[in-house]
Amino acid sequence: MGMEGIGASVVRKEDKRFITGKGRYVDDIKLLGMTYAHFIRSPHAHAKVKSIDSSAAEAMPGVVAVLTGKQIVDDKVGNLICGWAITSKDGSPMKMGAWPAMAPETVRFVGQAVAVVIADSKNLARDAAEAVVVEYEELPAVADMPSALKPGAPQLHPEAPGNVVYDWHIGDEAAVGAAFSKAAHVVSLELTNNRLAPNAMEPRAAIADYDAAEEHFTLYTTSQNPHVARLVLSAFYNIAPEHKLRVIAPDVGGGFGSKIFIYPEEMVALWASKKVGRPVKWTGDRTEAFLTDAHGRDHISKAEMAFDADHKMLGLRVKTHANFGAYMSLFSSSVPTYLYATLLSGQYNIPAIYAEVMGVYTNTTPVDAYRGAGRPEASYLLERLVETAARQFKMDPAELRRKNFITQFPHQTPVIMAYDTGDFNASLDAAMKAIDYAGFPARKEAAKAQGKLRGIGLSCYIEACGIAPSKAVGSLGAGVGLWESAEIRVNPVGTIEVLTGSHSHGQGHETTFCQLIADRLGVPISQVSIVHGDTDKVQFGMGTYGSRSAAVGLTAILKAMEKVEAKAKKIAAHALEASEGDIVIENGEFKVTGTDKSIALPMVALAAYTAHNLPDGMEPGLKESAFYDPTNFTFPAGTYICELEVDQATGKTSFVNFVAADDFGRLINPMIVEGQVHGGLVQGIGQALLEHAVYDGNGQPVTASFMDYAMPRADDVPSFKLSHTTTLCPGNPLGVKGCGEAGAIGASAAVINAITDAIGNNKLEMPATPDRVWHAIHGNA
Amino acid sequence: MYETTYHRASSVDEAAALFSKGSEAKFLAGGHTLIPVMKQRLASPSDVIDIGKIKDLIGVQLSGDTLVIKAATTYYDIMTNADVKKAIPAIAHLTSVLGDPAVRSRGTIGGSIANNDPAADFPAALISLGATVKTNKRSISADDFFKGLFTTALEDGEIITEVAFPVPEKAGYAKMRHPASRFALTGVFVTKTKAGDVRVAATGASQSGVMRVPAIEAALKANWSASALDGVSVSASGLLSDIHGSADYRANLVKVMAQRAVQAAG
Amino acid sequence: MSTVKLTVNGKAVSAEVEDRTLLVHLLRDHLNLTGTHVGCDTSQCGACVVHIDGRAVKSCTVLAGQAAGANVTTIEGIARGDELHPMQAAFRDNHGLQCGYCTPGMIMSAIDIVHRHGGELDEATVREELEGNICRCTGYHNIVKAVLDAAGRMKVAQAAE
Repeated sequence: MGMEGIGASVVRKEDKRFITGKGRYVDDIKLLGMTYAHFIRSPHAHAKVKSIDSSAAEAMPGVVAVLTGKQIVDDKVGNLICGWAITSKDGSPMKMGAWPAMAPETVRFVGQAVAVVIADSKNLARDAAEAVVVEYEELPAVADMPSALKPGAPQLHPEAPGNVVYDWHIGDEAAVGAAFSKAAHVVSLELTNNRLAPNAMEPRAAIADYDAAEEHFTLYTTSQNPHVARLVLSAFYNIAPEHKLRVIAPDVGGGFGSKIFIYPEEMVALWASKKVGRPVKWTGDRTEAFLTDAHGRDHISKAEMAFDADHKMLGLRVKTHANFGAYMSLFSSSVPTYLYATLLSGQYNIPAIYAEVMGVYTNTTPVDAYRGAGRPEASYLLERLVETAARQFKMDPAELRRKNFITQFPHQTPVIMAYDTGDFNASLDAAMKAIDYAGFPARKEAAKAQGKLRGIGLSCYIEACGIAPSKAVGSLGAGVGLWESAEIRVNPVGTIEVLTGSHSHGQGHETTFCQLIADRLGVPISQVSIVHGDTDKVQFGMGTYGSRSAAVGLTAILKAMEKVEAKAKKIAAHALEASEGDIVIENGEFKVTGTDKSIALPMVALAAYTAHNLPDGMEPGLKESAFYDPTNFTFPAGTYICELEVDQATGKTSFVNFVAADDFGRLINPMIVEGQVHGGLVQGIGQALLEHAVYDGNGQPVTASFMDYAMPRADDVPSFKLSHTTTLCPGNPLGVKGCGEAGAIGASAAVINAITDAIGNNKLEMPATPDRVWHAIHGNA
Repeated sequence: MYETTYHRASSVDEAAALFSKGSEAKFLAGGHTLIPVMKQRLASPSDVIDIGKIKDLIGVQLSGDTLVIKAATTYYDIMTNADVKKAIPAIAHLTSVLGDPAVRSRGTIGGSIANNDPAADFPAALISLGATVKTNKRSISADDFFKGLFTTALEDGEIITEVAFPVPEKAGYAKMRHPASRFALTGVFVTKTKAGDVRVAATGASQSGVMRVPAIEAALKANWSASALDGVSVSASGLLSDIHGSADYRANLVKVMAQRAVQAAG
Repeated sequence: MSTVKLTVNGKAVSAEVEDRTLLVHLLRDHLNLTGTHVGCDTSQCGACVVHIDGRAVKSCTVLAGQAAGANVTTIEGIARGDELHPMQAAFRDNHGLQCGYCTPGMIMSAIDIVHRHGGELDEATVREELEGNICRCTGYHNIVKAVLDAAGRMKVAQAAE
């Protein structure tokens, strides 16, 4: 590796604009004649919209228009779609209720838009919104799954009797039954996976600009995947054909999944821009984010594991209810199924697994992918179950895990996934060493002497990411392929532009992607630019989520790079009168191996563009593109261990130590990888200790601002000790796995296992607030 | 927020005069209570009268056994003030755990007590220490000043000018922070006066705002020590209950925070 | 409407704004200083932190009129030409930012922390002092590292002056 090549902790190229206040986020953009949208949202969780009287608002100064759900439906803007078809056990398709961008007749969650005011300023739009009179007829609402499934419960959608989205299963029920019938031990656990609000710090925003002369739209939006947004807006929402719609996602302030989806506000802004003939801007506030950004998690599960007399796992049976909220969001159906149940084997050799998942509608904000998406739920369930088993068996939890680890690869699990490589003992060893696991009993005793309850908790996670082989996901119901595209343009002066369909909203692509080029060509990263986030610049892309940008996006760049290098070598060989096979690339020069003859990259590039002296038949130019479709998921895995103390008097938890040993294959930029792990860990810790999106029985959100929803602050969390073990991913030429979600997938179980260890009571749900922990300590939970 | 008219007053009299001219005027010092409410459109004052820069309303004075904190003194200036730290260090501590640093550089003691949020820190200090609230019209004892949730004895247009605290023998404050808002989930201020009286006030706990805790006062009067409270039980009746703390948990916190406040007081 | 005159990043500026205008909107919408961000509605996230007369404040909770006559410094005003402020440099060098949205407020708060504590900072103090700034990306680990690093750099810079 060079100073800026693969493996170097290069400081980020993109940072200068962010640390000097020159980042360019959607809300920073102003267009000439721009208007501002303010949405009128339902205060009820379930109601009929009887009438909307906007006459007073329309007469107010500065008001351009008031537009309603009826108008958007009349204009044939399409209903929101769910892009992954799931089939129930009985062979029936999932039951999808219609979701118009603004509700013409029925609202099904608090915050659903019924109308929008367009005005000359943000304040005027909001002032006018208060003058719009909406008459509702309240309907009974249901906010939790057990109530929604009861006979006689309020029904959300005529398409979905009993509020059931689907009743799906995976695995071999009979084999699991057989495993349990011969089991020496059975361990069971019931748990919930708490609903979370993603809370990227930049609220969602959109600016739509319609050019009547060209019949062309431009949309600036806070998106993780602008090309997917264009595809969906064109193909399903009838906004405009793709060549008449440009989607730009400039700097985006975090996403964590919540900015994958195409939301009603973007659709309305586009439609309204054409209607009013002026650009329309909408910037959400934090409360709108709580009400309308797709939430994450929200499962209730029952799990049972069968063991033989030697404590080897025989079988796993899981039944999960997954809350979908009021509508099926874009990828919601895949999250509690193919992104969840397929990971229930964890790091363990479990011969038989059977999982049933029922999707349920409730009068709450829609739920979809949030950092980890299904995999944190699987990992939390399995790692708490294994820990519970170890306590039941009075065994060291590390030993029980080790006894059941998969050690031979490739390994086919009973739930689709074929793990390609890994070394689970290595990461467990590394984490145990880092935290001095052997010394824990003495530390626990010492803490006890000071009146503190000390606990230690492990979590050995595995995840499938680098989403995903298109053929495989297509066969499972996905509506899109999940390849990635790249284009490399070597300019005539030798500078390089890399166009990628991946989208950075904090991940540092402008640096890591350059590092690959630096590694291949030996040029400084200052000569390389990364172009992304604009459908007019980049031909196509599937965006960034599911920890896919290195494994899929960067591999696409590598594939394009190989083509560039092959052509450049031909040009160099021709110029140097050497054989193409003798050309090597070093420090930005094409050299004839074993000689002192060389030609620098800029001269090769210039030759390509002047085309005065190219090999016969060669096209001028030096620009190549590639589409890369992964052959498998990648399988990052690791061990997290948390040591903490609980204050018996208050139930408050304080961290003593938190170690992480991850296997991400080859690291492109270790500094950035570690940053991803830190962030993920804190989201996992946030879920374990603090965060919970709560509704009351009438579907009213209890946590719609940072006053009530507890976000992790700096003083809530520890610093981390990270380490890496490495098995290279055989599925891609770089040997990389994904690192963006691991922390969020593995951390929560480690925290809860540590707390339950400390207090000696396993009956504890997330978030483990001081109140809940105190009750658990005092046995009256 | 709704449109309003902003005025900056240079004296208390001018502020009072401006107030009487407005149809629904509000005073603002640091603005850290009023502005958030205005942003949510839960308040729509016709006029906002900024009293935060009136020189007479800023500063701390220690004379004999009385510590006077003027109403528009910011939390930061209170927590770093040498007289506060010397005379009643518990107030400096309370202020240092109130809000966050940026809030402390704007928020004021007058703003806090005028709002009387049931989870605010300062009302507990005033009640426990037996402070006196002075306004441009009169003096009001803390016991008479706080009237339940978001309600005080202040009349329309009345301006708090200062709070006078008798310097105690000992005082301490301990707080369990609300994990989201960082207000007090429960905070307890304990005071042993120079006359030997014990006054204990809890904030964040009761459904009706800041409250005295007689059971704890009695126990501490008999024996000023944390262990004196071991056997005391605080009733959960009338206490707040929400997703962050049930009533019985808050009842426990009242006792535990009182114990920690006593330890802090020494 | 009122005319608000103040000094922003060393320059005298004036703007005609509605009285309900918050300082953050004066900066962003009227002065085009879009480095100061809005991340919540409840004065908690700290993305909007600027300095007023040298003290860190949440510009989403200050009326423009309250800032009249004051000296306001924003993220755009702390570098000296091309030379980054030590806190900016420390955030870059320690990977103290990812999406960059909370970063301006984080940096402005962090500078204030170092000013108030001098070089006498430890990890626990930095974590407590960052209570009013929420970051969703970094897990704070590298932010804390950056602030401690910058505290050292600022001490050195101060000693050199």
